Amino acid sequence: MEFDLPMIWAGIIAFAVIAYVVMDGFDLGIGILFPFFPERHDRDLMTNSIAPVWDGNETWLVMGGGGLMAAFPVVYATVLPALYFPIVLMLLALIFRGVAFEFRWRSRNRSAWWDAGFWIGSTIAAAMQGFALGALVQGLEIRDGSFAGGTFDWLSPFSLLTAAAVVTGYALLGATWIVLKTNGDIQDRARRVALPAGVALFALIGLVSLWSPFINPLYFERWFSWPSMIFSGLVPALLAGCGWALWQGLRKGRHLQPFLAALGVFMLCFAGLGISFFPYIVPGSLTIRESAAPDASLAFMLAGAAVMIPVILAYTSYSYWVFRGKMDPEEGYH
Amino acid sequence: MDFGLSAELLARFQFAFTISFHFIFPAFSIGTASYIAVLNALWLWTRDETYLRLFEYWKTIFAVTFGMGVVSGIVMSYQFGTNWSVFSDRAGAVIGPLMAYEVLTAFFLEAGFLGVALFGRRRVGDGLHMVAVAAVAIGTLISATWITSANSWMHTPAGFSIDADGRFIPEDWWQIIFNPSFPYRMTHTILAAFLTTAFAVGAVGAWHLLKDRSSRPARIMFSMAMWMAALVTPVQIFVGDMHGLNTLEYQPAKIAAMEGHWETHKDGAPLILFGIPNERSESTDYAIEIPKLGSFILKHDWNAEIKGLKEWPVGDRPPMLIPFYAFRIMVGIGFAMLGLGLWSLWARWRGRLYDSPMLHRAALVMGPSGFVAVLAGWFTTEVGRQPFTVYGLMRTSESISPVPAAAVGASLTAFVIVYFIVFGAGVYYLFRLMAQAPVTTDSHELDRAPMRAAGITPGPAQSDHDPSSGKEG
Ligand code: HDD
Ligand code: HEM
Ligand code: HEM
Repeated sequence: MEFDLPMIWAGIIAFAVIAYVVMDGFDLGIGILFPFFPERHDRDLMTNSIAPVWDGNETWLVMGGGGLMAAFPVVYATVLPALYFPIVLMLLALIFRGVAFEFRWRSRNRSAWWDAGFWIGSTIAAAMQGFALGALVQGLEIRDGSFAGGTFDWLSPFSLLTAAAVVTGYALLGATWIVLKTNGDIQDRARRVALPAGVALFALIGLVSLWSPFINPLYFERWFSWPSMIFSGLVPALLAGCGWALWQGLRKGRHLQPFLAALGVFMLCFAGLGISFFPYIVPGSLTIRESAAPDASLAFMLAGAAVMIPVILAYTSYSYWVFRGKMDPEEGYH
Repeated sequence: MDFGLSAELLARFQFAFTISFHFIFPAFSIGTASYIAVLNALWLWTRDETYLRLFEYWKTIFAVTFGMGVVSGIVMSYQFGTNWSVFSDRAGAVIGPLMAYEVLTAFFLEAGFLGVALFGRRRVGDGLHMVAVAAVAIGTLISATWITSANSWMHTPAGFSIDADGRFIPEDWWQIIFNPSFPYRMTHTILAAFLTTAFAVGAVGAWHLLKDRSSRPARIMFSMAMWMAALVTPVQIFVGDMHGLNTLEYQPAKIAAMEGHWETHKDGAPLILFGIPNERSESTDYAIEIPKLGSFILKHDWNAEIKGLKEWPVGDRPPMLIPFYAFRIMVGIGFAMLGLGLWSLWARWRGRLYDSPMLHRAALVMGPSGFVAVLAGWFTTEVGRQPFTVYGLMRTSESISPVPAAAVGASLTAFVIVYFIVFGAGVYYLFRLMAQAPVTTDSHELDRAPMRAAGITPGPAQSDHDPSSGKEG
């Protein structure tokens, strides 16, 4: 049997990235929203709703990075130096927010500091992912298979816009997660945050979409030529559908629908990126095929991934299932 | 912010700094994960509440350590790209899949079951909870296996070819994974993690015994830890010796540095107990040595030849100072651990394990020894590999990213500040958790809540059974 190993691995890594974005997205979103929920009690409820799953969520980030190093070493070796500061800052920010889960319970009087660390860490981590995305869309300066640009190339008006979009998007995911996991007053407040966040997100997505075709003629061609226009027409239509579902879900007081709609928005944006990038991994510089590791590496890993990824998905779902349902503020969370 | 140093040196400092911090946490969490799994199993088996209390006690400490291990580990997995991109590009096809397997088989397992292990007992019942606790423990061991395999490959590369661009191409995965130094390094590292935990647990037990000799949980902790010390340390010394023989075969220059030999000894090398290696005069000054013992230990022959560092061109030599001293620190601690283990056996045999304050004080002092030995061991190994990242094939100077020194220096500064603040606080919380007395409860009390009213967990809510808290941990 013939497998197109590079394409399969591009698919697996894309899956890891979107899994990361939606799962860590809602728990980073919880952190981003901390200022809107100043009560200690609410914050306990919010962090408890993600405490059992955040580590698993973040492991998809390790999977994305590790998978990239293994399957597309050249990409890993050019993109990370190019995005040096966004990556380093993201890592530092993730440290603050990762330890806050435990530390805010361990400290007798400094928990306000760790709460601040949780908020700032989550926000910076999200923003840095947005900057990285923006820089990637704009394209990196690559010569002879290594990064040849400047240290601050990643910082631009466009990447500022994508950073804002990612932070807003995660906030929306976080708010709809709270709607899903709570009742009563805190749920109402989460709804009131989710509405403007949703509106802002759609505005930002609109701006990014209008801008990006002009950054690189490749995108323009992709989106406005036949037959890919079928997709480029479909994605915005589906996005509009998600927007409507989000709006309705929030207005009608639904619990699950807003979260699903927000997930849909993320998936569609990701699909849109895929349409723009393919067959490149680094737009304009490195294609999937030419940057792939030797088949010996890809095949060896695929054997493991084919068995392990379904198993991982099974026990991850089990873990989410164990902690399903509303947070009970009286019982606490065990 | 380049401090007048090269990007290479700064990147090395950064790697050494972040990996040293990272490894402190796994060294402890690998051991504690297994320890709490054993405690939980004992509780299920005997239904003795003390084991449950001990499980809850160490579970909290484990959770804090594990959290720090995770966040410092994520830094490591990205640092290969940010600072060592050329290494990643050329060796990624070999090293990458090993780490990918680590993610697939270990990290997800640990992370997926962590929530259930920490918070889920009442939701899933005792049986499944035990499965989750065991899964986390097994995950940490699988993780250690893959990462030491990857690291060992960099010391003793095997099963690859090199293509026209200088990239390492995997040829035989079996040889890559089971490369010549892997079995020794894996065994030695996992035993090191168990010993590190044993001595930390022993010190906590000793501390509480010194305050209250009758405390049953403290007695159990102390006794379990001392069994580990007495039984595992000799094994570790044996494995360490085997590891050294393996290194002599594949990395003789590292052995020369560890042993402090500059000149080749044709008929029996001495064992240098102490001395001051001098890189400039290429001699080890003020050496206190035992004739011929070095050859006996390394080759099990009093008169065998041992090569000195001068056999290698200056550009291919590892620095001597760090491997020489770090190795002595590790071995010294190894024998001190053995001493404590034997002492505890003696005390146990005399029936005085719980009433000999001298022993308890010694155990308290030895509490951090595992961490020191582990770091000393890694420094021996890694500095002894210099000036190569892939031994004999790829130099450290060829491995670094095209990132300016100023950028590496700035990120190094940021890492140092953040690590000291965050992990400093974490270690402080760990000490405070360990200082709390592990109190036994009778079984009815456990079903009654809140636990905090019983005075067991002062401070913010920390108990699995405390309904007034939002969470436990
Ligand atoms: C012998 C053991 C060992 C060694 C040498 C290392 N690690 Fe580690 N690592 C572990 C043992 C471990 C562990 C026991 O599996 C940890 C510690 C706490 C934890 O959560 O898992 C872990 C966590 C951990 C994580 C977080 C996983 C998660 O999200 O759950 C990452 C990404 C790494 N490590 C990566 C690395 C890299 C890139 C290393 C080398 C440069 C490294 N580790 C050395
Ligand atoms: C956790 C235990 C480890 C410790 C304490 C440790 C320690 C060190 C130290 C001190 C250095 C710096 C040596 C020098 O600059 O002279 C170093 C370098 C390095 N280590 Fe390790 N190491 C560990 C595990 C690993 C593992 C598991 C890997 C790879 C899979 C690894 C890969 C490297 C690399 C790539 C360098 C390059 C930088 C250099 O050689 O200077 N290390 N390590
Ligand atoms: C006294 C007995 C000991 C001997 C003879 C010994 C021997 C060695 C040797 C030869 C190495 C270097 C491996 C290389 O060349 O790459 C090493 C590394 C190491 N040692 Fe030890 N060791 C002893 C005790 C200990 C103890 C007590 C600990 C920790 C509790 C420890 C932890 C380590 C670690 C973590 C490493 C680095 C990883 C590795 O290469 O295995 N050692 N040891």
